[in-house]
Amino acid sequence: MSKLTYTQAITAALREELARDPRVFVMGEDVASNIVGYHPGFAEEFGRERVRDTPIAEAGFVGAAAGAAMVGMRPVVDMMIAPFMYVAFDQIVSIIAKATYLYGGQTKMPITIRAGMWHGASIAAQHSDRPMATLATIPGLKIVAPASPYDVKGLLKAAVRDDDPVVCLEAKRGWPTAQEIPDEEYVIPLGEAEVKREGADVTVVAVSSAVRAALDVADSLREDGISVEVVDPRTIVPLDIATILASVEKTGRLVVADPCHEMCSVASEVSATVAEHGFWNLRSPIARVTTPNTHIPFSPALEPGLYPTADRIAAAVHGVLAAASTR
Amino acid sequence: MGVNVNPTAAQLVEMYRRMVRIRLFEETALENRTEIPGMVHTSVGMEASNVGACMALREDDYMVGTHRSHGHPIAKGARIDRLFAELLGKVTGVNQGKGGSMHLSDFSVGSLGETSIVGSGLPTATGAALGSKLQGVDRVALCFFGDGAAAQGTFHESLNLAAIWTLPAVYVCENNAYGEWTAFSDSCSVPDIARRAAAYDMPGVIVDGQDVVAVHEAVAGAVARARSGGGPSLVETRTYRYFGHAGGAEASPTYRDLAEVEQWRTRDPLPLHRERLLADGVLTAGQLDEVDDDERRSVEEAWKFALDSPFPEPEAAYEHVFTNPVAVRRHF
Repeated sequence: MSKLTYTQAITAALREELARDPRVFVMGEDVASNIVGYHPGFAEEFGRERVRDTPIAEAGFVGAAAGAAMVGMRPVVDMMIAPFMYVAFDQIVSIIAKATYLYGGQTKMPITIRAGMWHGASIAAQHSDRPMATLATIPGLKIVAPASPYDVKGLLKAAVRDDDPVVCLEAKRGWPTAQEIPDEEYVIPLGEAEVKREGADVTVVAVSSAVRAALDVADSLREDGISVEVVDPRTIVPLDIATILASVEKTGRLVVADPCHEMCSVASEVSATVAEHGFWNLRSPIARVTTPNTHIPFSPALEPGLYPTADRIAAAVHGVLAAASTR
Repeated sequence: MGVNVNPTAAQLVEMYRRMVRIRLFEETALENRTEIPGMVHTSVGMEASNVGACMALREDDYMVGTHRSHGHPIAKGARIDRLFAELLGKVTGVNQGKGGSMHLSDFSVGSLGETSIVGSGLPTATGAALGSKLQGVDRVALCFFGDGAAAQGTFHESLNLAAIWTLPAVYVCENNAYGEWTAFSDSCSVPDIARRAAAYDMPGVIVDGQDVVAVHEAVAGAVARARSGGGPSLVETRTYRYFGHAGGAEASPTYRDLAEVEQWRTRDPLPLHRERLLADGVLTAGQLDEVDDDERRSVEEAWKFALDSPFPEPEAAYEHVFTNPVAVRRHF
């Protein structure tokens, strides 16, 4: 076992995949110069052809990844910060997500798009997006949202090995501490949720940066005699709804904590699906803890409370327990 | 570009054959317009540009095209029966009925898919060229795009990437004088797209897009340069579409004068090349007629194949969303 931070786990995953498969290459702004810290020594180890700095031209290099994938390469595109994807949205939506379908299965599109969700960093509305749900509305993209160092390493490796486009939405600020990670290689299959804490009273489905907060809530409420089960979908598309429904069947109560904006959030999808298919197991109304439908403000006095914090999640857990007890 | 690219007699004949094939394919499509769902954008009048460029490529080279998508894959050597079937949304279509007229393709001959968002194919072709370079193979990627696409940001980004990375890419701007219904001169800051090559420090040439041999020569030079590691080039073919932006003949277009269409028809690429083959003694009139008849027969057969082909089953709507669909356990 080694203690790795979220960033170090990403580095480990990328290094292993670059070493394993010569078709894999990384491409993005300042990757060779290691601006964010994901690629230390990569340029020397793998060469600048495979650790490829790009101009600030997202549509161009994301689209180039599509073409490279069509001819047998397995590009890993580093968007640096998630909203930079919008500059390349035509390439992502109209080419990358659709090519396999549009051309009747003649081509696979083995592309990994890595995008950091840097919310909570005082970088205001244009840099703080969490576009998990936005992307989930586009068929043809697989989407992972690893919350922990362990998960990001295993899911990123699965993403690189997958024959379809996978967007890896990373929230390194959501898991600020290092974590023990096996030294042996492992891959986490796409589409498998994990029950990160077992509990009996309330299910909290927590997404991305809400996972760490939900685990903290579970730990603190245990002292009050409340048993919280924390389920992390880990993969947004395809969503492992079976694990979520099984948890709700056990606890009878559901809180969904998700840093997306509330409208059509991942939390909305989880809530709707549980309402459709798990309604008779519910003992109280479902509660969503999301980011309200306002932009992310710059001021540190305004921003932090907008996300699913431990306090907001805990309040929602108390709320669903109270709602049940008044019946 | 200083490369000896004189086509052989067999190539000259094949150019004629493919131009006739495209012309008959599109005429058949227009004659049967009501049978074809959705939009149909023809390239009638632009065959020399399609064919001259593609004949400068090897079969294992890559080609990416546009929404005006019939001529490019035919020029690259795609089977027309499966292209016709695609126009009709049949399961035997090259895309199994998922793409239609704007998205023809044939990956088996390097036709990596036409794309219907104007300018969106430029990065794809650039990436295919990058793939070639990373793999250490000498395949070239050619990108067709229109004068309209030269106004998109992807044009700039792609040519810049190809130049700084010395990619084996050839950008062929088929300047047919109009982007949809807007004149080229109203949407472009310079009189020639080729002039923009200077901004990327790459060769830029303008060529008579109605002369298949001239197009071939220019593109072959650019392909040779790309294949030998010399980097990308921009070739602008000056050409014209006889029919409307979408659909067939225009009764009274607001954006151009029909006299202009008639003027361009006097330099139709098919008779132009036919006369050359006759004058140079490559083929006799009888032999040329045989080529015409051959192609007419095969186009008729291909159309019949498409008509007789079945539609996809309803389940097909759910296939190919992913190459490897993840089997998610369902609780319900």
